[in-house]
Amino acid sequence: MKWDGRALVVPAALLILAEIGARAGGPSDSVAPPSQVLTAFVGALGDGSLLIATRDTLASAFGGLAIGGAIGLALGVLFGALRPLDRLMEVTIELVRPIPSVALIPVALVALGFGYRLEIAIVAFACTWPVLLLTRAAVGGVEPRLIEVAHALRLGFVARIAKIIVPAALPRIFVAFRLAAGVSLIVAVTVEIAVNPLGLGAGIMTAGQALRPELMLAYLLWIGIVGFALNAVLVFAQQRLFGRAALVGEVR
Amino acid sequence: MNDCSARAGEALIRFSKVDLAFSNRKILEGLDLEIMRGEIVCLVGPSGCGKTTALRVATGLLAPTAGAVAFGGAPILGPRRDVAIVFQDYGKALLPWRTAAGNVSLALEAAGTPRAGRAARIAALLAKVGLPHHADKYPSQMSGGMQQRLQIARCLAQEPAALMMDEPFGALDAMTRQELQDEMLQIATTTGATILFVTHDLEEAIYVGDRVIGLLPQPGRIGIELKIGLPRPRDQIATREDPEFLKLRRELYDFIKSAER
Repeated sequence: MKWDGRALVVPAALLILAEIGARAGGPSDSVAPPSQVLTAFVGALGDGSLLIATRDTLASAFGGLAIGGAIGLALGVLFGALRPLDRLMEVTIELVRPIPSVALIPVALVALGFGYRLEIAIVAFACTWPVLLLTRAAVGGVEPRLIEVAHALRLGFVARIAKIIVPAALPRIFVAFRLAAGVSLIVAVTVEIAVNPLGLGAGIMTAGQALRPELMLAYLLWIGIVGFALNAVLVFAQQRLFGRAALVGEVR
Repeated sequence: MNDCSARAGEALIRFSKVDLAFSNRKILEGLDLEIMRGEIVCLVGPSGCGKTTALRVATGLLAPTAGAVAFGGAPILGPRRDVAIVFQDYGKALLPWRTAAGNVSLALEAAGTPRAGRAARIAALLAKVGLPHHADKYPSQMSGGMQQRLQIARCLAQEPAALMMDEPFGALDAMTRQELQDEMLQIATTTGATILFVTHDLEEAIYVGDRVIGLLPQPGRIGIELKIGLPRPRDQIATREDPEFLKLRRELYDFIKSAER
């Protein structure tokens, strides 16, 4: 993406206004001038606390993403490829899926206690659904002619999934994982803010309760950067991996 | 004619009183048809006469509602590896994420050919259909004619006793279509494969066929059967100027006109 340099005028102006406004208002428990936020940010980065918190959050997010994504992928492929099974499970799925993942926090807390396991379990629950639904749709949307080719060649069920269905659905399955990765970060931070005493969410809560708005906002800034970077990496990977597949069907 | 005439006189595919209906709508009714070993039989007819359906029944992709189809004496219960299907929409039938070699390889993988033997066979098959230098190209990098050649190569990898071709050249331009007709006849001669060829192009049917079956629509049933006695190998100019060709063409056009009425 090409950025017009003029697009930076508005954010720069807002930063200057925030600096002036925050200084004019005097010391505050909720806002801090951008210069102090930056200082707090560099300090937290320097003493390692920010990086440890980032490690904890990403470990939980990716752990949950891996588990939830694997479950969603397996069920999505099965339900997409086997229509009768899909019809059998549809009501169950639609009853469980709307439960907000954070509503499971009390249940998971009782069962698992504080720590990584609690967070991973809730992230996994949240990540299962987008991957399951989009994979099921991707598998169901595989060109019917390719399924016929598989039948004509008498490929077995496993070979049909491995050689035809999954490769054909892979570009759309990857989009599902990209969405689920975003969900995993949001849910991980939410669980940390709500109960779990680790990671970036706990960091931002602690800073707020310690009446250190500059550190709180530094955490907020960093969470934004981590989310942005995660998405950028995945978009880049998607274009590298599936740039050709995205062109399939177009006349050259 | 060629070496397969030695085996002639024996039906490879036999339709016996085949009926096919989709929810009360009759598509095929009382279809009786024998296709001899090594024979090229063309199915023509107005659109909606069930010619593609008949081909799908013969491949085992569709089961008849009544009656039976036998292959080499045994009833057809599902797709067979020695019956290959060439679809019209080659763009959808090829795997876009595999190269030409990879697409041919799919048929070998399905047949359980050991990995070591695949490369040589893939090269031979691609050479046979005129794509020896395109093994590493993806279907999206190939023209329509090349893609259809590739699909034929994948079908030949099955070492089929019968090739089922569903309007295989319908989407190609006239020049490419004629080239592929001749290449297909060449392959039929060398492999001795039995071919069921569905087309809406009446001249193409006469040009490639030993026999042309015209179907009547609603429900599909046999309306005319023409034995094509034109000499082989056929030639795009000489065969099409043959008075016999013109007579057959007239007969078939008259049939289609009356069938459409």
